[in-house]
Amino acid sequence: MPQVTLTVNGKQHTVEVENRTLLVELLREKLSLTGTHVGCDTSQCGACVVHVDGVSAKSCTMLALQADGTAVITIEGLAAADGTLHPMQEMFREHHALQCGFCTPGMVMSAIDLVNSHPGGLTEKQIREGLEGNLCRCTGYHNIVKAIAAAWPLMHGKAAAA
Amino acid sequence: MPFEGIGASVRRKEDARFLNGRGNYTDDINRPGQLHAYIRRADRPHATIKGIDTSAAAKAPGVVAVFTGADLAADNVGGLPCGWQIHNKDGSPMAEPPHPVLAIGKVRHVGDPVAVVIAETKQAAKDAAEQIVIDYQDLPAAASLRDAIAAGAPTVHDEVPGNICYDWHIGDKAVVDAAFAKAAKVVKLDLTNNRLIPNAMEPRAAVGDYDVNSGDFTLFTTSQNPHVIRLLMGAFVLHIPENRLRVVAPDVGGGFGSKIYHYAEEAIVTWAAGKVRRPVKWTAERTESFMSDAHGRDHVSTAEMALDADGNFLALRISTLANMGAYLSTFAPCIPTYLYATLLAGVYKTPVIYCEVKAVFTNTVPVDAYRGAGRPEATFLIERLVDACAHDTGMDRVAIRRKNFIAADAFPYQTPVALQYDSGNYQATLDACLKAADHAGFEARRSAAVGRGKLRGIGISTYIEACGIAPSAVVGSLGARAGLYECAEIRVHPTGSVTVFTGSHSHGQGHETTFAQLVSAQLGVPMDQVDVVHGDTAKIPFGMGTYGSRSLAVGGSAMVKAMDKVIAKGKKIAAHLMEASVDDIEFKDGKFTVAGTDKSKALAEISLAAYVPHNYPIEELEPGLDETAFYDPKNFTFPAGCHIAEIEIDRDTGVVEVMNFVAVDDVGRVINPMIVEGQVQGGVAQGIGQALLENAVYDKDGQLLSGSMMDYTMPRADNLPNIKVATETTLCTHNPLGVKGCGEVGAIGSPPAIIGAIVDALKDYGVRHIDMPASPQKIWSIIQAGQPRMAAE
Repeated sequence: MPQVTLTVNGKQHTVEVENRTLLVELLREKLSLTGTHVGCDTSQCGACVVHVDGVSAKSCTMLALQADGTAVITIEGLAAADGTLHPMQEMFREHHALQCGFCTPGMVMSAIDLVNSHPGGLTEKQIREGLEGNLCRCTGYHNIVKAIAAAWPLMHGKAAAA
Repeated sequence: MPFEGIGASVRRKEDARFLNGRGNYTDDINRPGQLHAYIRRADRPHATIKGIDTSAAAKAPGVVAVFTGADLAADNVGGLPCGWQIHNKDGSPMAEPPHPVLAIGKVRHVGDPVAVVIAETKQAAKDAAEQIVIDYQDLPAAASLRDAIAAGAPTVHDEVPGNICYDWHIGDKAVVDAAFAKAAKVVKLDLTNNRLIPNAMEPRAAVGDYDVNSGDFTLFTTSQNPHVIRLLMGAFVLHIPENRLRVVAPDVGGGFGSKIYHYAEEAIVTWAAGKVRRPVKWTAERTESFMSDAHGRDHVSTAEMALDADGNFLALRISTLANMGAYLSTFAPCIPTYLYATLLAGVYKTPVIYCEVKAVFTNTVPVDAYRGAGRPEATFLIERLVDACAHDTGMDRVAIRRKNFIAADAFPYQTPVALQYDSGNYQATLDACLKAADHAGFEARRSAAVGRGKLRGIGISTYIEACGIAPSAVVGSLGARAGLYECAEIRVHPTGSVTVFTGSHSHGQGHETTFAQLVSAQLGVPMDQVDVVHGDTAKIPFGMGTYGSRSLAVGGSAMVKAMDKVIAKGKKIAAHLMEASVDDIEFKDGKFTVAGTDKSKALAEISLAAYVPHNYPIEELEPGLDETAFYDPKNFTFPAGCHIAEIEIDRDTGVVEVMNFVAVDDVGRVINPMIVEGQVQGGVAQGIGQALLENAVYDKDGQLLSGSMMDYTMPRADNLPNIKVATETTLCTHNPLGVKGCGEVGAIGSPPAIIGAIVDALKDYGVRHIDMPASPQKIWSIIQAGQPRMAAE
């Protein structure tokens, strides 16, 4: 079987995979990183979003072999070593932006990329459109939108709006 | 003051693990030596199985076993049981055809499981399943309600000619007909309540494990009620006694009703684990979810209201066809009867009501409770009919509601359809919602929209629902084959920390926080010293689980009852330690005090004495401080409220944008406002989804067309508005917390508000009603076809 070497959450792994193994299967089944979820078969729900070389990607739509040589960050790799949450995680908690928690890892990873890619600011409309690739069935998105808006100034080093 | 501290928006205890990717969902669980199951399902709606050849699959790489319905039958595996029996108008029981775990003789819907492959890997199982050859003889399918009741319709079950599961009614038809005969006006409306597919984000999954040494089975499953699954699967399907079967529902990624039921896959992996003597795991692919999770709604109704000359409602007459799908799911029969027709009084004092319901088998996925379960169907029907009454009489939609509301001083109020409402104030929620939605300013906003080329409308829904299901004796008399109490065990540990064991199950509702808040407030123990355990039959006492917004009203009440026992025992211990009369001991803020003195003992001192009973009334009192209570509710609870939606329609595309949505709900006492608001927002999102986007579509031959998330429109962030939520409280009078329930109000109240707003926006096009979903195509066609009676400008 072919091998793939990649860095996940700062740690290098070399893993044997089938040609058809998906990145999400590698993460969940080979590395036991079960925080990344599979919610659909059709690349619609975004529960599987991780960062590949700093950019959000649906890990159910990427072959493990395509991730050879990349640096992957999953939800497990966001918090600091001392347990301090990433600002996006903290704002999701503060604004009750999660209920069952299943979409949350993908939602948080997408949201971080969304904020990172909009250094000039983010409107509510941009946030809602930016979440087009992530489904949540619990929250109605209201609090997710609020959490992302609240995380933007924290991530861009601005004082949080009151 | 037992409820101090309640009412704070405490941030959730469970969030830390979910936000760090450390949730423990069923598909995250892997057992040593685990195999994988893949289920070969029917790709057609209705066919005779002439033969199944599994020989090639059995020889495929990595395959350990292949099983079909014949293997299960040979091992005496029973069919999936139904938990509720409805009786026909003539008193005879409903038709209850068998529901085999794997199909025997026939397949009856796309997705019906036919065979299962057990293999070393998921991929090997899936590859091998493709090599199973099934020799089908296709049969014509009854794909819809109307098809299934037509003369000469295909028969879904040979033992049920005509496909009628039951023909049920409530109310006195002669009295209602007489009221109609005397009415000044009769308003009639035909409605369809569209079929929905629940789509919790976590697909269903199950892991079966068998301990060769003890003979014990364990099932990990995506369930809202593990004890119910253990009872149904153990007693009826696999014949495993409770002491040999443990069911664990760990973190569950959303349920909305779809994870209440006992599903075939749970029995398959448990049984197969015993056969192959290794753990067996199955996880649904999303397409399997679409064709195997129980669907929701799917009613076709005719509703008529009789009115006097002043617009007072005199009588309501309803005829409903309800789709059961191909088999009876666990609670399916009670949804269009006791969770639907009993709600048809709504918030109105309509004196007489008659409703008849025919439940119909079709060649579609089974239909059962989905968020609201019967109550959204009732609410949509009543509220759309009330709007039609306003339309036909020329009355204002708010005025006709106010005129017919049950008055705030009329409680307890006995409806003509069995229920007795204990409390409510419908004028108050309406007033608060009209104000919050700036109803008075609407016409100015409508005019402004015209300038932008948009048609703007406003819709109002004043709803009621029944939850906190339910008094066991009552539901037993109505056909429930279970009790509907809840259990709680409060275990105060020696040093004063507390573990709560509950039969309720959290799959997003935040029980670990709300319940800890409740216990913390009542026992005076810091929240971080209160842990909540749920979801494991090996740990929790027998409880009925979470659905129908019952967890706080029923499960929380059980906790209060158990805490009362803890406090009562604690008082006896405190009286002994402080040499006082037990009648003089007061408990407050975590302290037992001798009334009128400064002598007191903290709960932790009492619990330590209870577990280290050196100085203890051991002759009269057992050691320990650990109490269990079962709470059987005295009545349903009746959340109610008002939802107002404001929408704009793009004339060129027919696309609806929800501009404003306000929900003012009376959910009784609120323990954690943040969580209540989140529950309502999520429910409203599903209601808006039903009203505008979601629709389960079968073609005329019975093939599921909306079988993936590319075909079935799930609401996304940019389809939805901000959802403003407020509460307006009257307390439930019959449970100790005064709580009513908040999990379903959003999905129940919102669809008629949205449709009412669309109809209002299209009022110049001669539209009186639109069925859901109000898709752009539907609206565009109305705009194209209709001639405005007058220019909207």
